[in-house]
This record gives sequence, structure tokens and C-alpha cells, in this order.
Amino acid sequence: MEAMDNPDLIALLREAVPNAQLEEAPGIDPQPTIYASRDDIPALTRALRDRPELAFMLLVELTAVDYWPREPRFELVYLLVSIAHRRRMRLKVRLHGDDARVTTASDVWPAANWLEREVWDLFGIVFDGHPDPRRLLMPEDWEGFPLRKDYPVQVKLAPRTTEPLQVTEEEFRANVMKDRLSRDRA
Amino acid sequence: MPDIRTETMTVNMGPQHPSTHGVLRLVLELDREPVRAASPTMGYLHTGIEKTPEEKKWQQVIPLVERMDYLSAQSNSMAFCLSVERLLRLDIPQRVMDIRLLIAELQRINSHLVWLGTHGMEVGAVSVMLYCFRERELLLNLNEMLAGFRMFPSYMRVGGLREDLPRGFHDAVRAFLDRFLPKLAEYEDLLTKNEIYLKRTQGVGIISREDAVAFGLVGPIARAAGVDYDVRKYFPYLGYDTYQFDVPTETRGDVYSRYLVRVAEMKESVKICRQALERISPTGAFAVDDPRVTPPPKDRVYTEMEALIQHFLIYSQGFTVPAGEAYVPVEGPRGEHGFYVVSDGTNRPWRVKSRAPSLLACQALERMIVGGLIADVIAVIGSIDVVMGDVDR
Repeated sequence: MEAMDNPDLIALLREAVPNAQLEEAPGIDPQPTIYASRDDIPALTRALRDRPELAFMLLVELTAVDYWPREPRFELVYLLVSIAHRRRMRLKVRLHGDDARVTTASDVWPAANWLEREVWDLFGIVFDGHPDPRRLLMPEDWEGFPLRKDYPVQVKLAPRTTEPLQVTEEEFRANVMKDRLSRDRA
Repeated sequence: MPDIRTETMTVNMGPQHPSTHGVLRLVLELDREPVRAASPTMGYLHTGIEKTPEEKKWQQVIPLVERMDYLSAQSNSMAFCLSVERLLRLDIPQRVMDIRLLIAELQRINSHLVWLGTHGMEVGAVSVMLYCFRERELLLNLNEMLAGFRMFPSYMRVGGLREDLPRGFHDAVRAFLDRFLPKLAEYEDLLTKNEIYLKRTQGVGIISREDAVAFGLVGPIARAAGVDYDVRKYFPYLGYDTYQFDVPTETRGDVYSRYLVRVAEMKESVKICRQALERISPTGAFAVDDPRVTPPPKDRVYTEMEALIQHFLIYSQGFTVPAGEAYVPVEGPRGEHGFYVVSDGTNRPWRVKSRAPSLLACQALERMIVGGLIADVIAVIGSIDVVMGDVDR
């Protein structure tokens, strides 16, 4: 495995995409992790794939993490592999909850098509320019985004048989906060 | 003579079709026999299994991840344990790593046998199915011997293994390996040069090397197309770099090449298993010596106050994992998989994301079947070895 640390990779990416806002992130995995700005994603993804010294042809995974209630709450994560250079890297993008959208990468890596649909389906992050922006796993008429941390899975109410379950905004917030407080802090 | 009116026909294949390996639904547009368009639909098996771990303690996640890709159960739990152990910065004993490696290779043979059996049956070789399941039964017996559970043993734990190897395990595995290689040769006799099998599989469902990489295909499908990417060689874990084995590849990228690659992989797995058996001592350390994650032995729990407290802490609160994120890729039966695990420093995971090779294989399915015949669709679905539990999670 060729050794490559964050500054090397950042220098290469700066050369490929001048003016890109890049920031190295700490991590314990033996691979570089880089935070990028949302606006640089189209140029960066192309450079990562096409530059022969990078050649990250294989998009292994594209997923998101929700850090609600912190803002920016979403982190989009691209796990990349360069088969030619036996190298891995992780590209991350921070997204605000009220403006969770990013340019699609499905024209760079066709593999991103369904992975982005899954992220849209479960997190509600919009991918601009996506060729097929439908839900992937949930039914198409589903409301809400289940993997968001404020999705009401923990709401407990007395069972009612005559009317559908209705949760007010206050009940919903109270339930989610109760659940968060019950997590054992280290 | 009047013009013959032709129009395409839309056919639903699945989600209850017997050869779609679970609940994959394909909407096919047919122009008589050839397939003009295909649109895979999934989600029928979606159980929110990535949301559930956020409510569970770290150790309780293991039975869940084993049920995602139910044909590579122990490979999944191993990948999860490796990621969490990296976050915990644990130093796992070499013996535990060798045992895990042995179990993962047996799991690969197990998964490939189920694949060979079902794929053979779908293209008309029913006897192969019966034979493969006979051999797989012996592997399930090994699991039962190991942990008392045949499909999902939950034998891997964060920090090591649940308990030490049972007495006689080495001999049982050796007996299986000795029996298995001649049996595998028999299955090859049934298929490799079988005229009918060749006609059903050669030149069918081709995917090029470039497309395989672009669609994120890994494992046997990519290796059948000439991509020699194997995590065991590229990013070694568990000490795979100290074992002697080859990565079989083919170049044509059709259904037949995938068959050849998987059969060759089973033979390589047998080689690896034999080397691992040489290294594993019958008794020894089976978990890391760290009181945070490993419960003390029962005789100490019954006699020492500290051990009793430790036992209760581990079984009631679990353990906390330092904040951070980790992803350890492993080579499962279906290619690279792993768990992207995020911790916020509590005793429950903040996010557990499984990298699902079957999902990406399903995505590339359209590319492989459009332009072919409807009868080939069955052969191709079989050859990409999708597990719907892994696709839908």
C-alpha cells in the first residue's frame, strides 16, 4: 500500500481544483479524510476520478450521517478506492438542515445513482441534477425521512382504535429529547 | 399483405418469482423474447435494520448485522467487530484473528455453495442444488458445534469471540475440508463442460471491466470481468498478507466466468482454511484482555466483588466507545463490505451503515439483461448472487 497522508492529497487536489476549500479531518482509519465545500463537489469528484495520479475510479459507498441538533447537521460521506494506486480516501461534505442539497455525482460514478437515491430516501438530502430522484427503499408515498435523528420512532402514546395516530409538534419534540437524554453519556 | 402490428409487452417479474432470490421485482419491457428495458424495484424487505442499532448497545448489534446479508452472517459480524474494535483501539490477540479468518473463509464456502446450488437449479441442473445443500449442511453443523446455532451463531463479539473453540473443532473442520474438495470436483464435472450449462451461461449477462468499476461492482462479479480487486490482497486485514493464496480472475465478464471464479475461490478458501488450522492452537486466548469489553470468567464472578461488578456493568450498561468513526473493509463472499460506524462517545452507536455489495449488483442488473433474452434474465440474476436482505436492509 502506498503511503499517502492528508497534506499530500490536499496538495494534489488543490493543484487539480484551484480555489477549492479543503480541510483535513482527523481519523483513526489508515486513510486520508478530507472535508470539502458543497460548491466544489462537481469539480472535485471529476478530478478525483480522472486525474491519473488520483484515479479514484471506484465509489465504494456514499452515505450520510445526521448530527441533529448540531448545525450543520448532515455530513455526506464518499468512500473512494483507487485500484490503480491501492489507496483509499474519504471525502466529506457538511450540509445545513435548512438547505440540504448537493450536486449529484451519478454522472461521475454511475454507482452513485442508487446510493444517492437511498440517501434522499432516508435522510432527505436533495441531489441536484439526479436522473431519477425517487425513493429507493421506502414506499413512494412515504412521509418523512426515517434515518434522521428527529424522525419520530420513539413516540409512545396510548393506543387508539378510532382515529389515526396524530402527534403534535410539542409531543414530538418532547419525546425525541427524552430519548436523547436517556442515552448514557460517557 | 397488411402490416403486422407489433408492440412491446410489460411484464412484472417478482417480487414473488421463485428465481428472484427473495423479493426483487423486475419490471421488464419485452419485445417478444428479447428484453428492451428493465427496471428493478426493491424495498419489499426493508426493515430499517440500520436505524435499529441506534437504540441498541454495541454488543447487541451483532445479531442484527448477521441478519442483513443472511448468507454471510459471520463475515458481517466480523466486519462490524473490526470497525468497533478500531474505535476502541483494542489490540486483538493473533489467535482470535486466525480463528475469525478461518470462520470467514468457511462462511465464504457456505455462501458460494448456496449460490452454486440455487444458480444450478435455476438453469436446470437440479441435482447440483441437492448436492450443494448436502455439503452446506456439514458447514452448518460446524456452526452448531461452535456456538449452538446454525445460521446466525453470533459467535464473534466485539473484543474477540464468545467462548473458546469446542473440543474436537480442528478435526471436524479437517474432516469437512478433506471431504469437500473431491465433492467440489464432482460438481464441476456436472457443470463445467456440460453442453446445456455452457449454452445457458457463456456470453450471457456480460459486463465490461470499465462498467464493473463504474458501477461499484466488487468481488466475484468484478473479478470475472478482469478486475483483480480483492480487499484481502489490496488492504489486508486479520493478517491475510501472511497467508498463501491466489485471487482467481477471468476476463469475459459473463455468467460462466462468474461461475468459474466462484468455484476457484472455494478452492482457495480451502487452502486458506488449512493454513489457518495449522496456526490455531486448540486452546488459548479467545478475547482481548480488556475489562471494559470482555466479561470476567464465571469462576471469578462468583468469588470476587470486582469481577461481579464488572460483569454487571458489561451486561447492563454495555461499554462506551470513544467518539469517532471507522470503516474497516473486508472481503465478504459478495465482495468488499464493511460497516461505517459512527460513535458519539456513548454506549450506543450513533450511526451504523452497512456497505451492501448486493445493492450495487442490483443496480448494474439492468445493464446486464437489456438486449438479452427473457430466459437469460434468470441466469443473470442467479449469477450476480444478490441477497435481498443485504439490498433492502
